[in-house]
Amino acid sequence: MKRDRMPYIPPAERATPDLDSGKYLLMWQGPQHPGITGNMSLRLVIEGDTVVDCETHVGYLHRGFEKLMERRSWMQNFPLVCRIAVPEPDFNEYCYAAALEELSGIQIPEKAVWLRTFSLELMRLASYLMWIGGQAGSFGHGTIIQWSATMRDYVLDLFEELTGGRIYHMYIIPGGVRGDVPAGYFKHVLEVMDTVQKNLDDIELVMYHNAVFKLRAEGLGYIPPDWIDRYGITGPNARAAGIKRDLRKDLGYLAYPQLEFQPVVGSKSDAFERARLRLQEMYQCIDLIRQCIDLMPKEGPFRAKTPNPLYWKVPAGETYVAAECTRGEYGFYVVSDGSEKPRRVAVRGPSYTHAVSVMERLVRGVNIADVAGLMVSLHTYPPEIER
Amino acid sequence: MNELAERLARRYDAEGWHEQRKDLASISIPALRVRDVLAWLRDEEGYKHLSFITAIDNIERGVFTLTYTVRNHDTKHSLMVHADIIRENPVVDSVHLLWEQAWTYQRELKEWFGIDCPGSPRKDEEFVLEGWDQLPMMRRDFDSLAYSNATYAERPGRVTHDPAAYMKAQLYPEADQ
Amino acid sequence: MSSKKIEMAPLANEGLPLEERALFCDVPPREYEPARGVIEDFYNWARSQSLWILGFGTGCGAIELRPLMTSRFDMYRFGIQPRATPRQSSVFVIGGYASVKTLKRIVRSYEQMMGPKFVVALGSCTINGGMYWDSYNTIKRIDQYIPVDTYITGCMPRPEALLAGFQELKKIIRAGRAEGQNLYARNFEWYKENQKKVIKDWNMPDYNW
Ligand code: SF4
Repeated sequence: MKRDRMPYIPPAERATPDLDSGKYLLMWQGPQHPGITGNMSLRLVIEGDTVVDCETHVGYLHRGFEKLMERRSWMQNFPLVCRIAVPEPDFNEYCYAAALEELSGIQIPEKAVWLRTFSLELMRLASYLMWIGGQAGSFGHGTIIQWSATMRDYVLDLFEELTGGRIYHMYIIPGGVRGDVPAGYFKHVLEVMDTVQKNLDDIELVMYHNAVFKLRAEGLGYIPPDWIDRYGITGPNARAAGIKRDLRKDLGYLAYPQLEFQPVVGSKSDAFERARLRLQEMYQCIDLIRQCIDLMPKEGPFRAKTPNPLYWKVPAGETYVAAECTRGEYGFYVVSDGSEKPRRVAVRGPSYTHAVSVMERLVRGVNIADVAGLMVSLHTYPPEIER
Repeated sequence: MNELAERLARRYDAEGWHEQRKDLASISIPALRVRDVLAWLRDEEGYKHLSFITAIDNIERGVFTLTYTVRNHDTKHSLMVHADIIRENPVVDSVHLLWEQAWTYQRELKEWFGIDCPGSPRKDEEFVLEGWDQLPMMRRDFDSLAYSNATYAERPGRVTHDPAAYMKAQLYPEADQ
Repeated sequence: MSSKKIEMAPLANEGLPLEERALFCDVPPREYEPARGVIEDFYNWARSQSLWILGFGTGCGAIELRPLMTSRFDMYRFGIQPRATPRQSSVFVIGGYASVKTLKRIVRSYEQMMGPKFVVALGSCTINGGMYWDSYNTIKRIDQYIPVDTYITGCMPRPEALLAGFQELKKIIRAGRAEGQNLYARNFEWYKENQKKVIKDWNMPDYNW
């Protein structure tokens, strides 16, 4: 499609191309493809270089978490949950831990609340840094990932210092957090935050003022505001359409009510706007991390007393705990029947809608070269779709 | 919020309102009214956002309990709507016309639990599995371990311990005597 | 390459529809016959110095390939770089657990790679199933389905571990002990049998060239 017709709202009806006519080409993008986020695939029908129809295929990473969790005790599940969304594991841990605490009526200490907020924001920053490299790369910009992956690594080093793990931290355990901050830790954090912030300034100059990136991203993947509720779009994708919706503000969980911030809202709702919004959110993350460090109580316990994990029986009940992750509403639905094992755990990942129904519609009419960029701009992670 | 419970009870025979948190409640409705209730909640009560759809296999009672979680973004309140359907012939109305992402969840229900939602697009296609020839795997009577042992070759030498017994033996070996 | 007669029977390609069977190759893979003496040593040296990874992130472990590719850990300095297509790559990194659906693509991508080719398997999941030992959808050991040259342990292995693993692979290649590809050719029927046991809807050629 010509770029002067953008922003463009794709038709709601699926096209029914006649594949035998010789006019169309059936093509798979993924799972073995560099221009796809993670391990999933798109079945594209193209005419010339325009996509006519698309079907997403997921399930390459299906491990059956929800079944496995029914077979394990409450605490044994804990190392499992963080593996559900690989690039952003902490939100899984938080949602699961919070659900468990709510069902068992455990109050976590003040310091744990702050440390949780702190580590979630740090994780958000790391995840965005990963994303920005992918977004630039998908529009042919190889330099940004060299910077941002390294910045992310510095953030992962902070995690390593705090929790001992690089990718999977298992830090936010039911009842609080697993350990206190090491001596001199926050000094490191502040140093790294300065470095990252400087780097973000550079990235903004190089990427967001680059003519190629601007031309290719502007108008691409326009999401009209009235889709937000109809498709269940959450997170930055919704905020870029001008809908002010941020669970951190709305639900006010953890220490967010005491932090000073305003959800970043956009208006144009295209790939460029989403990218711009995420960049601002990165600055916001850095700011929130600094605020956390200032306001955090220096002393006090970081863990509440929890029952013996071997015999922990969670009272019967059900709950749904949601949190705002980088992609939107991340939630755990936990049902207990009063035994040592969960009855049912269901995960609500934001990519579920973004990567399947929204993606299938948005990609119609898009140039084949922009499919990867569009997909990354929705910020999707397949592992949370199929669990 | 309790006016909502009353209205739901009056209009749709809903029962069992349970306030879990100040921003989360649950209620049960008859399965035949699922689409009506959700449409009413969406259009009249402002529960415009569908968070997710899932099911719980209550095999003891012989039912699947469906859970539809919707959120009202103005009051910031979430509602979990439950509906029981019998296990032998699990069919429920499709809500894909209310929310555009619902068909994905219904496709998942079909594949994972065998719950049918007539009219839902592409519901019979494979979703995450390929070439699956067993019971729908999220049913409680499907044994994941037995299937795994029977199908996938294992490397010899892997041992499994019962956590309680193992820890006792490791940490307090004298406790038994 | 070799003039040795093929002893194995032509492949049946039974997974394909009748009219398509003739389109695909029915020759099973052959073992590689090394050149003589020093020349093979030279070949092995050259192979070990340019490992091209297939860009297929099959599991959690794939996420550590990003830092590895970029400036901090920089695997390019070891002659390792990612490639987009199986035809250009010589190393397949299995990034952790493989679900059955992915295993099908793994087999296919592996067979499409040109020899000499090597497989590096990451993480406990590929070795013994890791924490998904009781899952109905993930296999428990990858070496039943494709031959593995090196394992890198960890859950997940750090980038440093990956670098060490690649160095190890280099040593193996240099010594001429990277026999994975030959193993696959020699035990082709056994591998196929295992693959078909778990991949229930086998609808691809028996050997994809
Ligand atoms: S070994 Fe660990 S990190 Fe690797 S795939 Fe398995 S669970 Fe994921």
